[in-house]
Amino acid sequence: MDTLVKGDKLRKYFQVGPKSLLHAVDDVDVDIPRGTTLGVVGESGCGKSTLARVVLGLIPKTGGKLYFDGRDLDTLNKKEKAEYRRQMQIIFQDPYSSLDPRMSVYESIAEPLDMNHIFSKKAEKLDYIMELMERVGLAERFVNAYPHEMDGGRRQRVCIARALALNPKFIVCDEPVSALDVSIQAQILNLLMDMQDSMGLTYMFITHDMSVVKHISTEIMVMYLGQCVERAPSKELFENPLHPYTQALLSAVPKPVINRMSNTEILRGEVSNPINPPVGCRFAPRCKHCTAECTQKNFELVDQGSRHSVACRLFDQA
Amino acid sequence: MNNTGTEQAILEVRGLHTIYQTDDGVVKAVNGVDFSINERETVGLVGETGAGKTTLALSIMRLLPERTGRIPEGEIIYKGENLLKADKEYMRRIRGANISMIFQDPMNALNPIMSVGDQILESLVIHNEEKRSGEELNKRVDELLELVGISAGRKHEYPHQFSGGMKQRIVIAIALACNPKLIIADEPTTALDVTIQAQVLALINDLQQKLGTSMIMITHDLGIVGKTCDKVAIMYAGEIIEFGTAEDVFNGEKHHPYTVGLFGAIPSLTSEAKRLKPIDGLMPDPTALPEGCKFHPRCPHCTEECKTGEPYLYQKGEAYIKCNLFREEK
Ligand SMILES: Nc1ncnc2c1ncn2[C@@H]1O[C@H](COP(=O)(O)OP(=O)(O)OP(=O)(O)O)[C@@H](O)[C@H]1O
Ligand SMILES: Nc1ncnc2c1ncn2[C@@H]1O[C@H](COP(=O)(O)OP(=O)(O)O)[C@@H](O)[C@H]1O
Ligand code: SF4
Ligand code: SF4
Ligand SMILES: [Mg+2]
Ligand SMILES: [Mg+2]
Repeated sequence: MDTLVKGDKLRKYFQVGPKSLLHAVDDVDVDIPRGTTLGVVGESGCGKSTLARVVLGLIPKTGGKLYFDGRDLDTLNKKEKAEYRRQMQIIFQDPYSSLDPRMSVYESIAEPLDMNHIFSKKAEKLDYIMELMERVGLAERFVNAYPHEMDGGRRQRVCIARALALNPKFIVCDEPVSALDVSIQAQILNLLMDMQDSMGLTYMFITHDMSVVKHISTEIMVMYLGQCVERAPSKELFENPLHPYTQALLSAVPKPVINRMSNTEILRGEVSNPINPPVGCRFAPRCKHCTAECTQKNFELVDQGSRHSVACRLFDQA
Repeated sequence: MNNTGTEQAILEVRGLHTIYQTDDGVVKAVNGVDFSINERETVGLVGETGAGKTTLALSIMRLLPERTGRIPEGEIIYKGENLLKADKEYMRRIRGANISMIFQDPMNALNPIMSVGDQILESLVIHNEEKRSGEELNKRVDELLELVGISAGRKHEYPHQFSGGMKQRIVIAIALACNPKLIIADEPTTALDVTIQAQVLALINDLQQKLGTSMIMITHDLGIVGKTCDKVAIMYAGEIIEFGTAEDVFNGEKHHPYTVGLFGAIPSLTSEAKRLKPIDGLMPDPTALPEGCKFHPRCPHCTEECKTGEPYLYQKGEAYIKCNLFREEK
């Protein structure tokens, strides 16, 4: 398959004390075929946003290699880097704080265009901004509106229009619908999927919501404490979740049905400390299948066929 | 379990209207809400942002912002007494000892510079009508911590030493401290991760079995309602537009079009369909609510009669739906 974004053993550690390293992202491989969506799912603090920032080159990585369109991003000069930056954009969770409150919709969308000197004629720029607004489903009358005059759904549409302005190939969506109501969330998810169909965009879609990630993703990566513990095509992951954490995550999602006395097994304990984690499976303290072996060695992702791989003693090849 | 029909309503809300007077105009946050909650019962109050859920809760607790919030109309009857007529001192005794509230964000609900044990103790001391001794009260603190699954040995620790899920357990312990008859929980698990949310919801279910406290569970998540509630009130633009048992609302035949839209918009874990079914349009502006049925600008079944006048009130026992679709043929 034609890969657009590829990361090998991406790693980001934060120095949080003289001898303390916080393992935010630990040797994660990423591989996103052109025109598809890689969903990244996991609970807060598991390293999703850090991974996104590493992939976009917004923070320096501690280790690993990163390729975009086949080019090793570490070998680019400044000018080339700027060019690649334009092809990769990000949409954040909070459409409130990611827009400048003093900028109108027009100014917000125009900013990246101006910074890159795209248009010399004002009329052309306005036409293009109107076209972008139409593409993301924002009525023309909002062109001079300010963020506080709009609801969360419309603000997120402005952020999307802004991200589209420079015609990117790749967009990282970091929890783009988590702050929105379900009825508005559905509008935005449909918009993102339509944009992918019509423009051939490639997405990395970050969320903590299992049902959202199922709808949007081609393939899904499940993260736990900085590591990828399972990866599979979306349908395969939901039909055949293998890692005990993925299973627990799926059963913890409250489904919209009457489920009063359900004895869904409840995952005990909490995520452990990401600072200087000990050797062994990081899920071990919460796992009901844990044995001594689980805490003595690390488990790598092992291919189980059907593009499905999992890092767990239960599926470690003999 | 609870629906034997012989229960006593412990709280009744009748024709409640709540407004906020702001510089941008009068925000009509609650617009004629009627419902009641029985002993041992959990009622889910569901709605999207701005539906008026928190405002309804604050109205019951009489905790509206003093300068802007006002209740021009309605009654809130608790133990035969209209709380809207009660004086400050009476309300102070009601809060905590009779009705207590759990807020969404455990960070803001706890005092960062007071140990968690002292915070529980404080609410016990405020409502110490039985004049229990210090030793008894301290024993109760330990009991409460253990009840919510935290070792009593940690009572001298401060909030920052606990994780989000544990802080919410402590908030629950404080809410339970004086054995209230009714707890209003405003999105108690929204700030938590799903696996921790599952733990806290299990704790809440468990405590209800044990203590029989009534509860109003405010949430935007129908999954949480399905796990915890006996009855469900769906709120839209300050009104309860559908009310019934969980069975009525989840599995019944007749529904308000907004309820249908809400269930339809949830991405499903089991369906194969990729495209989602959003509800068209947006929540109305609470300073300029539409005439007639407040859902009419977004409703696929809207007819001329929906654009003026109150929608028809369809009733079946305790359950009701406010919608003209169910106007019986004459
Ligand atoms: N202090 C206030 N002053 C003015 N308007 C307010 C105030 N608090 C709430 N409102 C408005 O009242 C309406 C109802 O708000 P409320 O907070 O009760 O909704 P909610 O259902 O709890 O929403 P959410 O799901 O976002 O918590 C909204 O339009 C809101 O903007
Ligand atoms: N600038 C930073 N300095 C130190 N630690 C950080 C920094 N940014 C993130 N972390 C830590 O890295 C881990 C992963 O965080 P993050 O990527 O934000 O997770 P997620 O997006 O999955 O919630 C967390 O333990 C977080 O506290
Ligand atoms: S490696 Fe062991 S502890 Fe980790 S998930 Fe697998 S069985 Fe559980
Ligand atoms: S009253 Fe009319 S507009 Fe309102 S929900 Fe019913 S059919 Fe729709
Ligand atoms: Mg994040
Ligand atoms: Mg609220």
